Amino acid sequence: MPSILEELPRFFNYYNSIFLAKAFLYTLVLSFVGCGVGFLAGFVLAILRTRRINRWAGLRWLATLWVEVWRRIPFLVKLMVVFFAFQFAGGNVSMFTVAATTIALSASAFSAENIRAGIESVHPNQWDAAETMNMGGLTALRRVILPQAWSVIIPPSMTYSVGLVKSTSIASQIGVLEMTSVAKILNQKGFSAALCFGSILLMYFVICYSLNRLAAYMEVRLALPRNR
Amino acid sequence: MNYTLQFGQVTPYLWYLAGGAWIALQLAVVAFIIGWAIGLVCASITEYGPKPARIAVRSYVVFVLNTPLLVQIFFIYFALPDYGILLDSYDAVLIGLALNAGAYMSEIQRAGFRSIRREEIEAAETLGFTRVQSIRYVVVPHILKVLYPPLSNQFIIITMSTSIAAIFGVEELTGRAYNINSITFRSLEVFSISAVYYIVLTIVASTILYTVGRYFFRIKGSVF
Amino acid sequence: MPYLEIDNLSADYGKVPVLQDINLAVERGEIVSIIGPSGSGKSTLLRVLTGLLKPRAGSVAVAGEKLRYDSPKDLRRAREKFAIVFQQFNLFQNMTALRNVTIAPTIVQKRKAAEVEAEARALLEKVGLSHRIDAYPDEMSGGQQQRVAIARALALKPDILHLDEVTSALDPELVSEVLDTIRLLADDGMTMMIVSHEMGFVREVSSKVVFMADGRVVEVGPPEQIFDNPQTQRCTDFVSRILRH
Repeated sequence: MPSILEELPRFFNYYNSIFLAKAFLYTLVLSFVGCGVGFLAGFVLAILRTRRINRWAGLRWLATLWVEVWRRIPFLVKLMVVFFAFQFAGGNVSMFTVAATTIALSASAFSAENIRAGIESVHPNQWDAAETMNMGGLTALRRVILPQAWSVIIPPSMTYSVGLVKSTSIASQIGVLEMTSVAKILNQKGFSAALCFGSILLMYFVICYSLNRLAAYMEVRLALPRNR
Repeated sequence: MNYTLQFGQVTPYLWYLAGGAWIALQLAVVAFIIGWAIGLVCASITEYGPKPARIAVRSYVVFVLNTPLLVQIFFIYFALPDYGILLDSYDAVLIGLALNAGAYMSEIQRAGFRSIRREEIEAAETLGFTRVQSIRYVVVPHILKVLYPPLSNQFIIITMSTSIAAIFGVEELTGRAYNINSITFRSLEVFSISAVYYIVLTIVASTILYTVGRYFFRIKGSVF
Repeated sequence: MPYLEIDNLSADYGKVPVLQDINLAVERGEIVSIIGPSGSGKSTLLRVLTGLLKPRAGSVAVAGEKLRYDSPKDLRRAREKFAIVFQQFNLFQNMTALRNVTIAPTIVQKRKAAEVEAEARALLEKVGLSHRIDAYPDEMSGGQQQRVAIARALALKPDILHLDEVTSALDPELVSEVLDTIRLLADDGMTMMIVSHEMGFVREVSSKVVFMADGRVVEVGPPEQIFDNPQTQRCTDFVSRILRH
């Protein structure tokens, strides 16, 4: 039985440490970019699904279809579809773009749901009042509805983002150098699997646990009455 | 590169893929059942167990919730053999899925336990119910109704997670898509068809779960 | 020619008709109260006039000009002329009393912020709330919130103020402070359409009372007629039932 303790100094040599630290950053940046773009897209989708703003039922229906479709495809399959779709379109894009797009697609679907739930959590009489004062739908959304909806939107969005940070591990399948790929590479170089995968499990834990704590904190914080 | 979509080359494999969907569904059902049992035990220990057991269970749950399923399975599949635990890929994936689902379902069932209302039990007892009767007629129906929607949702999530098995060579839906891809090279077609299979599979599952919930637990809501 | 003229107005909720062939005229400076049993369409009429529910048929004209509610331009015009105060106040929960009053004049009517704020302070003082200017809705009593809502509607400088059961959601001891505020507006000659269950108040301030039932106007007349000498059986029944207690 290999002793992890004996292997530790050899594993965390200068080269490997830099390699792992870069991968850690890569995972963070990939998650951040994907979730950020996805959140913005989800916003647009949620607005398109809001009856008070978009009165065209066809467009509302399309937005719903988008959400339902991307929500129901496993990340790995989505990754493959995006990868080959880019290839099909002839775009010569980086693997980072492919992975980030996949995350953004997933994020757009769940954040559209969260943001819609947030918008719907605000009493409809707020829309009535804004409407009769001649505020347009988008103005009412920005000035009246969203300020009251953030507390419902943000905590679950952060929890879902944790899910996507975890999903970035699947992007190792197309060879982007995030943590899981790096662990596999180190494992192939002869380091023990327990150490390779164990150490990145801890690194994922650090990211996800902090994010979850932050989400819990925000939930309490935003629930306070005077937070506008 | 001139690539035109040719679904014709993939159509002979549609039944083969459907078989993969069936395997994915079986994997999901087994993982769900084991995960549910793990979750029930863990939730009971967390809520009612002695402190050391509680800490151990919490550590497992919190660790699993905050790490990726794929890496957990990598660990099980590649690291455990060094310690004499040799698993084939299907078993490694199944154990990973079940342990992962167990952590989630522990959280769900804990919330269920917490939603039990003391007053309802007291009300039942003042009506002359025995302890067993009040559990049978008041507590259990209440818990089932509270737990049903999040547990159904968990089942759908597990169903989609089974696609990770393909990475370990299990020939379920995604694994079979990889196989067809390496024969036909119609990549975009193969994977978009598989995507549609997952959409249909989860919609069918959601609809069944929704219908069951509606008739047996009077749960309102909608499939979408 | 009356200032506001409602002609054969009808509206539905889904397939259920809620307003049928409403005819009504309101002169400038008049206070028209609408009474009737619940579900008679009183509030619905105000919702149609302020554009919250699209009419199915009929017409509404202001100063001789027809308002077509399906045209965005006319809808905007209708809302410039009519302001509404709701039963549940509907104050913006994320804004202070002052901001509730100033927001629409500044961002919708694009008026100067300083000028609007001075007016808003004057209005809040008029409704007796100069000490609550920086309070948020959830820090105020129902009566205070409703008075802010009245100030908010007045800040839009409407030609007609619509009051939709503005005291129904209030605790009994808070009703009078809101009614006093409305009396103040009556003294200023504000044109108002009031849906209310406060029969004593209606009788006191109204120049004209409309009795509605089942989505129709059943009887219109001065308060003395409606309360003392109703001409229709339904109105007689309603008034006698109300006045009995």
